[in-house]
Amino acid sequence: METRTGRNPKDLAFERASALFAFAVLALTVLLFAVLLRESLPALRTFGARFLVSGTWDPVMEKFGALPFIYGTLVSSFLAILIAVPLSVGAAIFINEFAPAWLKNPVSFLAELLAAIPSVIYGLWGIFVMVPMLRDYLMKPLAKYLGFIPLFKGPVYGPSVLAAGWLLSIMIVPFILSVSREVLATVPQRQKEAVLSLGGTRWEMIRIVIGQHCIPGIFGATVLGLGRALGETMAVTMVIGNRPEVFLSLFQQGYTMAAVIANEFAEAGGLQLSSLILIGLLLFLVTLVVNLAAKWMLKKMVARASRGI
Amino acid sequence: MENVLVIRNLNSWFGDNHVLKNIRMEIAKNSVTSVMGPSGCGKSTFIRCLNRMHDMTPSFRMEGEILLDGVNIYSESVDPVYLRRRVGMVFQQANPFPRMSVFENVAVGLRLNGRKLSKSDIAEVVERSLRMAALWNEVKDHLDRPGVSLSGGQQQRLCIARALAVEPEVLLMDEPCSALDPVSTAKIEELIEDLSEKYTIAVVTHNMQQAARISDNVAFFLMGELIEMDKSGKMFTNPSDKRTEQYITGRFG
Amino acid sequence: METITFRRKAVDRAMKWAFHLCAFLVILPLFLIFFDLLIKGAKELRWTLLTDLPHPVGDPGGGIANGILGTFVITLLTMTWSVPVAVMCGIYLAEYGRGKFASAVRFAVDTLTGVPSIIMGIFGYILIVLPMKRFSAWAGAAALSMIFIPVVVRTTEDMLRTVPGTVREAALALGIEHWKTTLFITVRTASSGILTGILLAMARIIGETAPLLFTTLGNQFWQTRLDQPMAAMPLQVFSYAISPYEDWHDKAWAGALVLITMVLLINLGARFLTREKQ
Repeated sequence: METRTGRNPKDLAFERASALFAFAVLALTVLLFAVLLRESLPALRTFGARFLVSGTWDPVMEKFGALPFIYGTLVSSFLAILIAVPLSVGAAIFINEFAPAWLKNPVSFLAELLAAIPSVIYGLWGIFVMVPMLRDYLMKPLAKYLGFIPLFKGPVYGPSVLAAGWLLSIMIVPFILSVSREVLATVPQRQKEAVLSLGGTRWEMIRIVIGQHCIPGIFGATVLGLGRALGETMAVTMVIGNRPEVFLSLFQQGYTMAAVIANEFAEAGGLQLSSLILIGLLLFLVTLVVNLAAKWMLKKMVARASRGI
Repeated sequence: MENVLVIRNLNSWFGDNHVLKNIRMEIAKNSVTSVMGPSGCGKSTFIRCLNRMHDMTPSFRMEGEILLDGVNIYSESVDPVYLRRRVGMVFQQANPFPRMSVFENVAVGLRLNGRKLSKSDIAEVVERSLRMAALWNEVKDHLDRPGVSLSGGQQQRLCIARALAVEPEVLLMDEPCSALDPVSTAKIEELIEDLSEKYTIAVVTHNMQQAARISDNVAFFLMGELIEMDKSGKMFTNPSDKRTEQYITGRFG
Repeated sequence: METITFRRKAVDRAMKWAFHLCAFLVILPLFLIFFDLLIKGAKELRWTLLTDLPHPVGDPGGGIANGILGTFVITLLTMTWSVPVAVMCGIYLAEYGRGKFASAVRFAVDTLTGVPSIIMGIFGYILIVLPMKRFSAWAGAAALSMIFIPVVVRTTEDMLRTVPGTVREAALALGIEHWKTTLFITVRTASSGILTGILLAMARIIGETAPLLFTTLGNQFWQTRLDQPMAAMPLQVFSYAISPYEDWHDKAWAGALVLITMVLLINLGARFLTREKQ
């Protein structure tokens, strides 16, 4: 006589009911992609691949191109990464390696708190506090003494891609920091001890052991931070100036994909609306790819760590 | 004395691994039967067949019959959920439900069994079960404390009370004392003796002295086979099978 | 020999302080922001801020009461369906989630967590605003639920997985049906963790602005009809902040102070729950 795993009908009903909810979540995700695609088709058909490289954004003539927004998104995000990664990794090393036990939790808690602040509040602080400070103490001096470099050329108003990148860096720090801390924790204690017992200084131990071990993980954390920076909307639109131009100077006012959607969507219709949704679709795809890449990298790192490499 | 459990030609496999071979056994009503043997002999696997705990394991397969009061527990008409209310189990590591008080731990089996019981009925059963498990006096003023706040020995007695609350006929115990100190162990052994007046008990143990102390009958398992089963006095002084004798005298552990 | 050791030690010292500096710089903005919120927000902080409707430009006084109510209504609306959907989905993934379907669901949840919130606004617009031909609280709630649900699915699944197998085993041995075990024992054991996840997600959506910009739109007046545009605190902070009027800037700070207070209270409440569990 064979056993069977008796299926109580009520158990089956419950399993099916919960599966239904799971399916709903899956369906919503597919629906999201589907509606983005469907509504952006008019713009896609009209402009094709030119959409990515055209700098015209003209609602009157109904000619739209996403280049300025793509450019602004990339510049501000990369600037944010440039500033945030060294600081976040440094702070992570501080918490894990240097902070006394009583300081570890408070510091990491405070860093996490940064992530809880709504984007609009960052934007508010950005407009009225950060931008004036940046303008007077960083941008104006740079323009004065290094203004011959194209990066620092031009009139300094305050709102700029630099301001956006700077503000973004503060916002993405908590994410890079927490992942970095996890990455740092995977370094085997004995390897650290080995360097120290050979007479290495703390810094040398960090540079050698952690440097060797953690590069892939830190890279994954960076890409994760990039994913967040690409999608930030409110804080960016409040300090970037919202001018659809492509330019070299960091002091210029720019525009991002998320910001143009935020500003123009409510009153847009027809081809403009479709173009905005197409920008949304691009943003969706880019952040999807970036996030998947980050997760894949981090998974690889976790796998390596558990194998004791 | 009638037999509550009759096991006929029980064979079981985990995948291709033949773990129980041709087990034939009878367990008399209100007796205490110890199941002993070295590690890996199949005693835990065997005891879990008696309340169909292996139903949840996809790789498990069995042949043979296990009759509870004459009815094969593995037959199609038997609902394993009801079976487990008649055949209760206490585990090696005491596992009171976290996030529940002492009272709630004992009451949960009753509450979730679908029977509509009044608050006072439930309270009565809880008290009765805790008394039978020799725990009432220690917890009667702290019924609201979390179950996990008790000591190890108390937690195990709580698990016994929890199992008794659903009023089973048979109580299976899988090495109930192996994680406990000698004092708690002694308390539980005393408890088992008292409980055997009302319940049929089967205890898996690797402690031979314990088996000698508490049981009426002892079954010796080795490599998935039931080597010998007899009254405990005879098993330890004059076993029939040479392998039993070797185990008892410590030739292998 | 001496100089090399000296140089290495000097570098070590310098790097040590560099790391200290990094930590300091990372935390600094937090203090600056809170300091500014308290100082600048206090200017317009009076009782009427919480009880009055916005006044026209130039008129002193006025408040963000409709925004507070609107945030409350929209959040509650969102959670009405999002909590059951997310928790049940999490239960499915934790208790039954082996195989291709479950992997697909997990991938979908991972995808959603990375989507910028403004895209969820587009989702709400296409799905609700376009057919209804107007902005409404429903559309905002639809957008916010796409942010809420993936977060809670993840935390619910994670919390349920921390419940040890011995708990389920004990329930099985007591003759409790599997679905009852899942709902009344496993979920109950993980309940404070699940609740924490829900509260943290709630704190997140309270502060979201982008998804509401072209779904709920905002409103100057008391408005509780779900099929009409509704005010919300983050929207008000935004419009006050980008306006050209000085006194509205002050109101933006005050509104931001109220908003951050709410967010932090919920956050701290959620953490307190997990601490109590230990």
